[in-house]
Amino acid sequence: MYEHDVIVVGAGGAGLRAAIAAHEAGADTALVTKLHPVRSHTGAAEGGINAALQEGDDWELHAYDTMKGSDYLGDAPAVETLAQDSPEDTMRLEHWGMPFSREEDGTVSQRPFGGLSYPRTTFAGAETGHHLLHTMYEQVVKRGIQVYDEWYVMNLAVTDEDDPNDRTCHGVVAYDVQTGQIEGFKANSGVILATGGPGQAFDHTTNAVSCTGDGHAIAYRAGAPLEDMEFIQFHPTSLPSTGVLISEGVRGEGGILYNNEGERFMFEYGYANNSGELASRDVVARAELTEVAEGRGVNDEYVHLDMRHLGEERILDRLENILHLAEDFEGVDGLVEPMPVKPGQHYAMGGIDVDENGQTCINGLYAAGEAACVSVHGGNRLGGNALPELIVFGKRAGRHAAGEDLGEPQIQTGYGDDVEDETDADLPVQPGEAGLETAGGVAADGGVAADAEGILERTVERERERVDRLMDRNEGIQHAEIRQKLQKAMTDHVNVFRTEEGIKKALRVIRECREQYQDVYVDDPSRTFNTDLQQTYETRNLIDVAETIALGALVRNEFRGAHWRQENQERDDENWLKHTLISWNGGEPRIFYRPVILEGEEKTYEPKERSY
Amino acid sequence: MSTQQQEPESQEAPADPEMKGTQSPQERRLEEKEAGLDAQAEADAEAEGETVHIKVFRYDPEVEAKQEPRFDDFHVPFEKGMTVLDAVMYARDEFDSSLTFRHSCRQAVCGSDAFFVNGRQKLGCKTQLADLEQPIRIEPLPHQEVVKDLVVDMDHFYDQMHAVEPYFQDEDTPDPADLEEQRQSPENREKIKMSSRCIWCGACMSSCNIAAGDNEYLGPAAINKAYKFAMDDRESEEIKEHRLRILEQEHGVWRCQTQFSCTEVCPKDIPLTEHIQELKREAVKKNLKFW
Ligand SMILES: Cc1cc2nc3c(=O)[nH]c(=O)nc-3n(C[C@H](O)[C@H](O)[C@H](O)COP(=O)(O)OP(=O)(O)OC[C@H]3O[C@@H](n4cnc5c(N)ncnc54)[C@H](O)[C@@H]3O)c2cc1C
Ligand code: SF4
Ligand code: FES
Repeated sequence: MYEHDVIVVGAGGAGLRAAIAAHEAGADTALVTKLHPVRSHTGAAEGGINAALQEGDDWELHAYDTMKGSDYLGDAPAVETLAQDSPEDTMRLEHWGMPFSREEDGTVSQRPFGGLSYPRTTFAGAETGHHLLHTMYEQVVKRGIQVYDEWYVMNLAVTDEDDPNDRTCHGVVAYDVQTGQIEGFKANSGVILATGGPGQAFDHTTNAVSCTGDGHAIAYRAGAPLEDMEFIQFHPTSLPSTGVLISEGVRGEGGILYNNEGERFMFEYGYANNSGELASRDVVARAELTEVAEGRGVNDEYVHLDMRHLGEERILDRLENILHLAEDFEGVDGLVEPMPVKPGQHYAMGGIDVDENGQTCINGLYAAGEAACVSVHGGNRLGGNALPELIVFGKRAGRHAAGEDLGEPQIQTGYGDDVEDETDADLPVQPGEAGLETAGGVAADGGVAADAEGILERTVERERERVDRLMDRNEGIQHAEIRQKLQKAMTDHVNVFRTEEGIKKALRVIRECREQYQDVYVDDPSRTFNTDLQQTYETRNLIDVAETIALGALVRNEFRGAHWRQENQERDDENWLKHTLISWNGGEPRIFYRPVILEGEEKTYEPKERSY
Repeated sequence: MSTQQQEPESQEAPADPEMKGTQSPQERRLEEKEAGLDAQAEADAEAEGETVHIKVFRYDPEVEAKQEPRFDDFHVPFEKGMTVLDAVMYARDEFDSSLTFRHSCRQAVCGSDAFFVNGRQKLGCKTQLADLEQPIRIEPLPHQEVVKDLVVDMDHFYDQMHAVEPYFQDEDTPDPADLEEQRQSPENREKIKMSSRCIWCGACMSSCNIAAGDNEYLGPAAINKAYKFAMDDRESEEIKEHRLRILEQEHGVWRCQTQFSCTEVCPKDIPLTEHIQELKREAVKKNLKFW
């Protein structure tokens, strides 16, 4: 057994920042991560970090833009904290040596981004995430923070009180990917889940293969609710074969979208008469798919993004990276042909329900980054707002877990007095538990193992048995088959366009996946670097996460931000200014709601129409 | 199938087999996976359409049948745009789930899938199958201990990266709470730009003859990492000198024999050899001890 004060699971931007903060607050801190830190998905971010740094800009404007962008589903205390802390935390990155792009006078550059009333996106070329990740990893090395890399976290060690609000998390169980050794990691003061997004729930995503929602799933099964999971952002320009992202910068520089008839459809068919290609992401994504559905897609699948008219010089100067991406990943030369693009899953606005200090309703359990929902993005995230979330809320979670007093949070978590129960959700199948492998989120102590170590040991034991079971079986079904079926159902039915009928179909497929998972087996007999085993675990997590996305999408019968519903194509503020929460309750998902907090420190954010 | 459409009706897979040729590799892959392609179907696929022949290195210290290293042959259905990584993923998902390799981003930023492809270090995700001669040999990076199949032990590489103290050290900076940034000229940023692109893939180290013969040699990636700091004007002279001392030690920059193999294989086009030469010149200028 390993023991530390604070255990941070995941070493992307959020995890690294949390570890540095916890270490600075005096806690013995360790990072446990399934990938080496520099391999984390944060490295893929291109655009930049929003921070009100310049004179003429201020945090209040940033907060206002973010609330509006969220389609009034962000919680004002979280949004204001983001806007207030981002400038200093961004400057701190500069002090750690991050190579931001610079103006002539040596100050950091900022550029305009969609939905911002001031050019406040700070950037390092088109590789902001890469530099952010490496700069923070350098600081982790400098401080000698212990890193357990290529250790896969399988579960949390949580006590089994009836009410999740009374439960305590004492650590995690993980296995060393290189050797297969399964061990407990005891956390004396807190566990922080910074495991990133669940993009692999969809078959076409800009996300890394590692983005499997592990943190979401283990927190959920331990009793922490998942919040606003139906809000998934689809980026309009990803390459059809791999999902690799073609940055918004191409349209920013003047790139044009055409259908198979060579029409500039954004204007031609009136999708966005003012901003055309530069309308918000959800609008462009819907337009592209409508073109395809109406038979004007190229090869019945995608549309063309053309930048040839910008001229070789300008392309090489500003979009060189895009030429490489199109060439390397699609075999297309952007200088001589238009690039094929279609919408791809990109970002999860929802996540593990936390307060401004990163704390869940379970004592000692925290979450930060894309895995968490605090919530700053609400129904729709603005470009450049995820990276500041990582550093601002990563830092706060780290400090709080290390025992620092950050004041009373205004956001509530878990099932409490402030929530409203769902009563009339009409579900096509019974969601939730099925079969041995998905059973049991918490360590039943039955009075035998009430102390932290006992709970941890029991959880370790349970995971060892689970692995033995998966490896001992010689026949059944393999994870890849289940995963593909799940991903396809989500992409077919819980995509940009959503209908009640479609979502119900998805829920039925998810149920089938659950049942098939009872017969899952691991074919690779080796304990050495067994990726078959790891992916089998990940697939189980994806099933649970996909189900919460589909359930959220089914019950929210309105159109808000990225969530479009055919039955009700309007935002319904009267009934839906509230967060969807889903918690795992005795093997069954339970749906409930909490009102959005629109009152900020000094002002209230009044919902207004979003027009394009 | 067309996967992202509005109408539920149109989401069914097109029945028309003619459609096949116009599908993206991903769709094709999915469709075939759905049809439950197995070893038998592999042969069919070959008979039906174009396939790519890959020979993949296999080794597992724990599994008896794999203790003796060997190559396995896979025939993977080919579509325009497919990469080496796509091919090994296909082989794993459809033919042999124990086939092991690292991968994550699929977009040349995470650095985890550097392999030895037809005798050269390459990122699997960045290498188009169409550009390679068949059969395509896919092996783990040379000069590194093989853990299993295509996975090598990266610990030594990480140790060397850490040995150059790869972090900003200037403590004497203004308080970020005052939003006071350290200034850096655009020219100085431009100077360190290429060096800062390294994704720690290890290809350069694996291609270097000197590193192969001298286990203590810092190697091109670590020296390049140090270059990024050594050339950054925001670091103080004192620290720069400290760093140069690390670099010019016995197993540092002077070991480099300017063979350019690292520069040739770097997937991020970093001028590694040039950076090493420049640091040698710096060391001479500073009159540091010459080994
Ligand atoms: C292509 C792309 C471009 C983007 N561009 C921008 C941008 O310009 N600006 C912006 O603000 N946002 C951008 N985003 C969004 C932003 O980059 C991500 O939301 C953010 O990086 C997520 O960071 P994270 O730290 O939460 O997770 P990640 O960086 O994904 O890290 C997750 C970590 O958790 C670990 N982990 C996961 N599961 C386990 C487990 N079971 N056990 C142990 N460890 C585990 C992984 O090893 C990894 O270290 C972009 C996203 C994408 C996909
Ligand atoms: S310098 Fe280039 S080849 Fe070497 S590790 Fe970095 S990216 Fe890879
Ligand atoms: S998979 Fe990340 S670099 Fe190839």
